[in-house]
Amino acid sequence: MTRIDEKRREWEEKCLKPWLQKAGQREERFETLSGVEVKTVYDPLDIEHLDFVKDIGYPGEYPFTRGVYPNMYRGRLWTMRQFSGFGTAEDTNRRWKMLLEEGETGLSTAFDFPTLMGVDSDDPLADGEVGKVGVAIDTLKDFEILFDGIPLDQVSTSFTINPPAGIILAMYVAIAEKQRVPKEKIRGTIQNDMLKEFHAQNTLVLPPEPSLKIIVDIFEWGVENVPKFNLISISGYHIREAGSTAVQELAFTIADGMAYVEAAIERGIDIDRLAPQLSFFFNSHNDFFEEIAKFRAARRMWAKIMRDEYGAKDPRSWWLKFHTQTAGCSLTAQQPLNNVVRTTIQAMAAVLGGTQSLHTNSFDEAWALPSEEAVRVALRTQQIIAYESGIPNVVDPLAGSYYVEWLTDKMEKLAWKYIEDIRKMGDGSMLRGVLRGIENGFFVREISDAAARYQREIEEGKRIVVGVNKFTIEEELRIPILKVDPEVQRRQIERLKKVKAERDNEAVREALEWLRSAAENDENVMPPIMEAVRSYATIGEIMGVLKEVYGTYKKPIII
Amino acid sequence: MEKKIRVLVAKVGLDGHDRGAKVLARFLRDSGFEVIYTGLHRTPQEVAMAAVDEDVDVVGISLHSGAHLALVPKVINYIREYGGNPDEMLILVGGVIPTDDIVELKKMGVDEVFIPGTPISEIVEFIKTKLPEKRKKNES
Repeated sequence: MTRIDEKRREWEEKCLKPWLQKAGQREERFETLSGVEVKTVYDPLDIEHLDFVKDIGYPGEYPFTRGVYPNMYRGRLWTMRQFSGFGTAEDTNRRWKMLLEEGETGLSTAFDFPTLMGVDSDDPLADGEVGKVGVAIDTLKDFEILFDGIPLDQVSTSFTINPPAGIILAMYVAIAEKQRVPKEKIRGTIQNDMLKEFHAQNTLVLPPEPSLKIIVDIFEWGVENVPKFNLISISGYHIREAGSTAVQELAFTIADGMAYVEAAIERGIDIDRLAPQLSFFFNSHNDFFEEIAKFRAARRMWAKIMRDEYGAKDPRSWWLKFHTQTAGCSLTAQQPLNNVVRTTIQAMAAVLGGTQSLHTNSFDEAWALPSEEAVRVALRTQQIIAYESGIPNVVDPLAGSYYVEWLTDKMEKLAWKYIEDIRKMGDGSMLRGVLRGIENGFFVREISDAAARYQREIEEGKRIVVGVNKFTIEEELRIPILKVDPEVQRRQIERLKKVKAERDNEAVREALEWLRSAAENDENVMPPIMEAVRSYATIGEIMGVLKEVYGTYKKPIII
Repeated sequence: MEKKIRVLVAKVGLDGHDRGAKVLARFLRDSGFEVIYTGLHRTPQEVAMAAVDEDVDVVGISLHSGAHLALVPKVINYIREYGGNPDEMLILVGGVIPTDDIVELKKMGVDEVFIPGTPISEIVEFIKTKLPEKRKKNES
């Protein structure tokens, strides 16, 4: 090391300095997208404090820096899972079948806003929004159509849904029952992460405490009934989309994860039973190495947390498995084909970071939901990385890079600092700390400030966005745009009316009364939700009962 | 002293994407406008009521929900119904809006639509030049 140190000094003095004096460089200071300053070059001294065996090691072993599986993509490629849904259940079923035919390996459901917010298609609040940004679901009837011809024992399905997550899980179980697939076998994920909704995504219905109570109900019910199903997808994606840095995304996501684990432990759930059913969801943004470092740091942090802080015994419980989506907020409306390139770089970072599944954005998404052509290119991007690039053939190929290891460590350290601040807010409890941070606006302020900083850099031309504030052209939009049939709302309301007329309304009433009594008496709400779903109660009716018992949440305004 | 231009930044409908609205509100405030932000999940009635009550010069509606063709005309109609005059205001829309819909929105009385990536300086300039222009045109 002394030799290297001497050499480094000599190089700085004799080689770098005169060069800089003569040629200069583009910037005074170079930094990552998160604002972490980076040096000209990295060498063994920068990672001297890291121990290969302890901090980096081998894939499939603690601390899993290099991946959760020993051979990663040599065994099985990541799941190619395109977030997809629009119009009615029929429209989405058709798009899903196209994607499966084209080589997609998992389903991922986009719901419309009324469904996401737990209101029915005939609610006045839903007017104009039915089927617009995702598929409209009111009752089990819609799910029957959505999964028509899709065998649940052969596919895994992800559901981006939060306040009504338990209802959607119950619907999926009910479909499995109808297809005679044992519920113990169904695979998939419900997002079910309300904490990040309060921080960033704003799909808000119930206040924080009851939201958390229901999530833990789902954990408790889920470990018993659907042991192969991810009961939560602890999400940094939306935190990042709302404008956070990579470090904040990492820190707040891990902090939320800790809060959920603490809430589950308080309920008396065995951590080693729950842990394999936890999953994560990250963003992959433009800064290639920073993103890779973030994914590697996340795995190492979670392994330490689960083993050392919460005492999980089973090595399987130490795994951080995650889904990645490329950064929607990085897409530009201008020169839309450029987005294919952005998405490719981001997708490569996700694969090099060891993701378990991946959604690649379509190039037209700053304009509308993706057209068939655009979504095909997005899927092909993953297939080209998988089958042509050679990237998946060696596990964690960037390990040992002085820069990547330094940056991984740096991200981890910066994230820990946030986590310790949050823990302090909760007087030693992450659960209380996160709730306090929601209450006092800590998370929202942190994210808003970062978003404003990012925008300021663009406004000032300090940050270049190709085609937006540099290399701009006069252009006419020449890409096909997906149009959602304007008749969707009417058709959906008609179907809802028909279901309500044909179902056993007495059974619905009884199930909803059971749900009310369970909520009032602090019992697990999942069994009555299951019953309500089976009797074709609507999402709005079920959420309505929960709103009556728990009240609704109005977010304080922090700009 | 010249009266500050009052801008209502509004989120309408069920869509919770507020990054754009909040960043815009902050920058408009820093550029010397008086800014009122509605917060999330407002109905067209609530937005219109706020526009009239607060006597604003500009209404900026942010949507990422695809519901713009349904919700924006409602806001404009309710402003009129509540005794405001949309012809005296600038009605602006921002968000993920397809080109064809931009044409439609303008027919409905929207003065301009700003797509993702629009520099905020451009929006500031637009307000400063177009607001007096529009009012002058209506006087004559």
